[in-house]
Amino acid sequence: MKVLVPVKRVIDYNIKPRVKADGSGVETAGVKMSMNPFDEIAVEEAVRLKEKGVVSEIIAVSIGEAKAQDTLRTAMAMGADRSILVETDVVTEPLAVAKVLKALVEKEKPDLVILGKQAIDDDMNATGQMLAGLLDRPQATFASKVDVADGAVTVTREIDGGAQTIKLALPAIITADLRLNEPRYASLPNIMKARKKPMEKITPADLGVDMTPRLSVISVAEPPERKAGIKLDSAAELVSRLRNEAKVI
Amino acid sequence: MTVLVFLDHEGGVIRQASRSAIAAANRLGDVDVLVTGPDAAAAAKSAAAIPGVKKVLQVTDTTGSSELAEPVAALLAQLADGYTHILATSSATAKNVLPRAAALLDVQPIPDIVAINDADTFVRPIYAGSALATVKSADAKKVITVRASSFEPVAAEGGNAVIEDVALPAGPGGSTFVSTELSKSERPELESARVVVSGGNGMQNEENFKLLEPLADRLGAAIGASRAAVDKGFVSNEYQVGQTGKIVAPELYIAMGISGAIQHLAGMKDSKVIVAVNKDPEAPIFQVADYGIVGDLFTILPQLEAELDKAG
Amino acid sequence: MSETTRETMEFDVVIVGGGPSGLAAAIRLRQVAPDASVCLIEKGSEIGAHILSGAVIEPRALEELLPHWREEGAPLNTPVTEEQMLYLTRKGSLEVPFLDRVMPHMSNHGNYITSLGDLCRWLAGRAEELGVEIYPGFAGAEVLVDDGGRVIGVATGDMGVGRDGQPGDNYAPGMELRAKYTLFAEGCRGSLTKQVTAMYNLRKGVDPQTYGLGIKELWEIPKEMHRPGLVQHSFGWPLDDRTYGGAWMYHFGDNLVSYGFVVGLDYPNTWLSPFDEMQRVKLHPAFRPYFEGGRRIAYGARALSEGGIQSIPRLTFPGGALIGDTAGFLNVPKIKGTHTAMKSGMLAAEAVAEALATNRAEPGSYTRRVRDSWLWPELRGVRNIRPAFAKFGMKGGALYSGIDAMLLRGRAPWTLHTRHADNEVLEPASISPKIDYPKPDGKITFDRLSSVFLSSTNHEEDQPVHLKVRNMSLWKTVNWDVFRAPESRYCPAGVYEVADEATDPKLQINAQNCVHCKTCDIKDPTQNIDWATPEGAGGPNYPGGM
Repeated sequence: MKVLVPVKRVIDYNIKPRVKADGSGVETAGVKMSMNPFDEIAVEEAVRLKEKGVVSEIIAVSIGEAKAQDTLRTAMAMGADRSILVETDVVTEPLAVAKVLKALVEKEKPDLVILGKQAIDDDMNATGQMLAGLLDRPQATFASKVDVADGAVTVTREIDGGAQTIKLALPAIITADLRLNEPRYASLPNIMKARKKPMEKITPADLGVDMTPRLSVISVAEPPERKAGIKLDSAAELVSRLRNEAKVI
Repeated sequence: MTVLVFLDHEGGVIRQASRSAIAAANRLGDVDVLVTGPDAAAAAKSAAAIPGVKKVLQVTDTTGSSELAEPVAALLAQLADGYTHILATSSATAKNVLPRAAALLDVQPIPDIVAINDADTFVRPIYAGSALATVKSADAKKVITVRASSFEPVAAEGGNAVIEDVALPAGPGGSTFVSTELSKSERPELESARVVVSGGNGMQNEENFKLLEPLADRLGAAIGASRAAVDKGFVSNEYQVGQTGKIVAPELYIAMGISGAIQHLAGMKDSKVIVAVNKDPEAPIFQVADYGIVGDLFTILPQLEAELDKAG
Repeated sequence: MSETTRETMEFDVVIVGGGPSGLAAAIRLRQVAPDASVCLIEKGSEIGAHILSGAVIEPRALEELLPHWREEGAPLNTPVTEEQMLYLTRKGSLEVPFLDRVMPHMSNHGNYITSLGDLCRWLAGRAEELGVEIYPGFAGAEVLVDDGGRVIGVATGDMGVGRDGQPGDNYAPGMELRAKYTLFAEGCRGSLTKQVTAMYNLRKGVDPQTYGLGIKELWEIPKEMHRPGLVQHSFGWPLDDRTYGGAWMYHFGDNLVSYGFVVGLDYPNTWLSPFDEMQRVKLHPAFRPYFEGGRRIAYGARALSEGGIQSIPRLTFPGGALIGDTAGFLNVPKIKGTHTAMKSGMLAAEAVAEALATNRAEPGSYTRRVRDSWLWPELRGVRNIRPAFAKFGMKGGALYSGIDAMLLRGRAPWTLHTRHADNEVLEPASISPKIDYPKPDGKITFDRLSSVFLSSTNHEEDQPVHLKVRNMSLWKTVNWDVFRAPESRYCPAGVYEVADEATDPKLQINAQNCVHCKTCDIKDPTQNIDWATPEGAGGPNYPGGM
């Protein structure tokens, strides 16, 4: 069984993003970039399935600028067998990304696509669902547990206030949530070995996909700062203010 | 312009967050709503009572398939014809369904909006709220989820909308509902709680941290913690509010013994009302708190509980 | 713990550290020995992540290493156009006149203001093009030595070890990187350098190393206040005459300002807080106007070696060499170490290439090459200036350096020596004057925690504490009873806090905050704190421009 895992290169989650002074976006020049943490979880899940003998091949895909190669190398160091870079300098929106992935799915014919539930840069949380929609395939988003058996996958999903379990016939689409697993490190020996794993480079045009974004960014700003309020002398005054002034209790 | 709002409900009761989505929809045009899932009939009745709702579309289904994204997304895509915007509150359910519907409509969704500039232009947080992006959609239809904390919910009662039945289309059939398990905890989830009581370094130890529980119980609040409190082992990781923990925006956030490191503020500064109790008058938390008390939290905590009891 | 499961890889040369010296050595090696396999490891999450400098860079070594650096786009874009040396008093400032004659070593004509991190990122690109294998995110944790006493490489640290020292679920053992020659390019006070130095007694017969702590902020300021090419340095207020140090401010790039403060770690007053000195100097009328309306982008700190030529240890040993600031090649009065670090790396690379060809255990010609190059006379010429400040105080030292420069022209027949290591000169709290620092205003001045936040420092939480206190009881009797916890003040990252101060004082170590400046390893009065490398990729993540 074949698994496709898309990975995105984003500003490292430890870095506080800085809005550019001209309001055109967030500064990425010279900023540490890493694999989107949810995508790491997706890669890890695929690798675990391979270690269990369920999966025979893992293909990592990244769509973005040439530097996304680094992210693919990391995916291969974690255990992906080969990778595909779809190179574009255009802002990658979930709709266009889903179209690229659809084309790759049709070409590579994986039984399972495992994605991170969202990228921590644009926080869209959409690509997996959209890919499933475009392919008319079943989806299991926000997965916290994945079991593959007998041509089907049983997924426990995080929902508001609890968990839901659903069963999908393969081929299917899964998006990974935080609790699915704890990703392994890309160890130094594996990073060295990953340098020799194959990486194919193509463009969206090769797949016949138009990447033109549907959303145009008018401006990006820092969120407004809160103003300091008032200091109170007693718990009694606080309760009265919360009740009568703020009306929150 | 007519807007379709996909409503979330719990056992037939429309969630307040969904009424915030209706509030957002009211800014865009006439509002119809869709309810699905078990207890959809009860939910449809509550929805019909919401002022401003013109029409309630209900899916009555007993097979569990309305719990699945595939048929519901297909239904939304079918219904989309008559609408300029499809909205829902930013819940796990909506995030599961709406992007799939958007793909079927060849539309790029616009998640988590916090403001509406015009019918095409919206403001949404990116990078976990570290920045706000104003985006303009070129799509003919918009598929949107709404941050509930940014829109004052409409009233629950006073309206009288018509209720119509709609049927779920047959989905791709590859997906089967197995079960749902709601967590047993009496306390609401940190990320969706209306009130959050958080403790920091000032709680001193694991034992003292538990002193927050009676207050949280009284307020029906979730419990959170600063990174310092988590680092020192007062509570486990999942309680951490902050840039690297959970991002919360409750109506009331009570910070007990939290100094207010930037990384913590990043996780709670969108709360509607912030209360801080800290013995250090210079603690940065006071710079964002609406109400602050300078003093020993171990003295103030029991007083606060007593006052709440007194007030009923 | 993991000896049996460690994988091994063989290289001709392994370089520990991806700063200017390590990268220059890597590039030079592939230039002069194109067949040599060269592997470079860096403990930061990426090249540049742990690099912190002013930086005004003299391009001399770069010119020799990569003569086409301009065409190849090296990020040296802001030439120095104007420079000032300011003597500060509490409210005012005097500009030192005729700077180029009184302090010729300070002259920055032909130099560039840049981000050293950006330069390193660029150098890493050139090195990779030449076939150097670069692995960021991996810390050299252990020196490998064979039975004959020759260094045969390093091992990277284990990953995924829990706080209790036990391997966790995602445990990945370290790897042995074996090499014919190992170059230690760890920067000031390298932790493996410390081991190698002890092993081969490399400091025999040289002065103790003395250090400074540099604390830096990167600001974006309003365009109308930005004067690209302006270089300012200050001395005087707020430091007393017994404390060496001063501020810098450089305008460069797109409305960027590099501001920082260096304090000599031979300061005697235990109440001194380098961080708070750095903060309050921003409020001085000479600097404040530039910060008004600006925003702080990044923060960081790093120790630097100030001993000069008298303190440089033996540079080679069987199987390797020390290069860059871990050997102490900084030119102190110039406040520049990049060109000297690069040059030392290049010379070591040439010596290693020669040793490779002749199969010699020790790349011994490195020392001769250093002495025969411009590096030695440059450092020799300024050797007395920093020690003069230690000997005669700030005013006396300034006078001496003027005389040294104008009359002696660096050719004084004597050499002043550093007698005491920095940890030996701290005076007890009871006799040190207390210092009252202003509270941060949140606009121009800030507290430690919000500052560390801007260094984007992170360490995997569940790992053994990498700051090891050898003897905790010594902390109470010496650090607390005598000096009142100087680490809580000199640490620029708030790593050291005293808990239960009033009742039962205890040292609390917030190792997660550590920005890897190494000051605690240097300044602790009894050398009781040992800085070890944490799990790879931990530490600060300084952004571009820093």
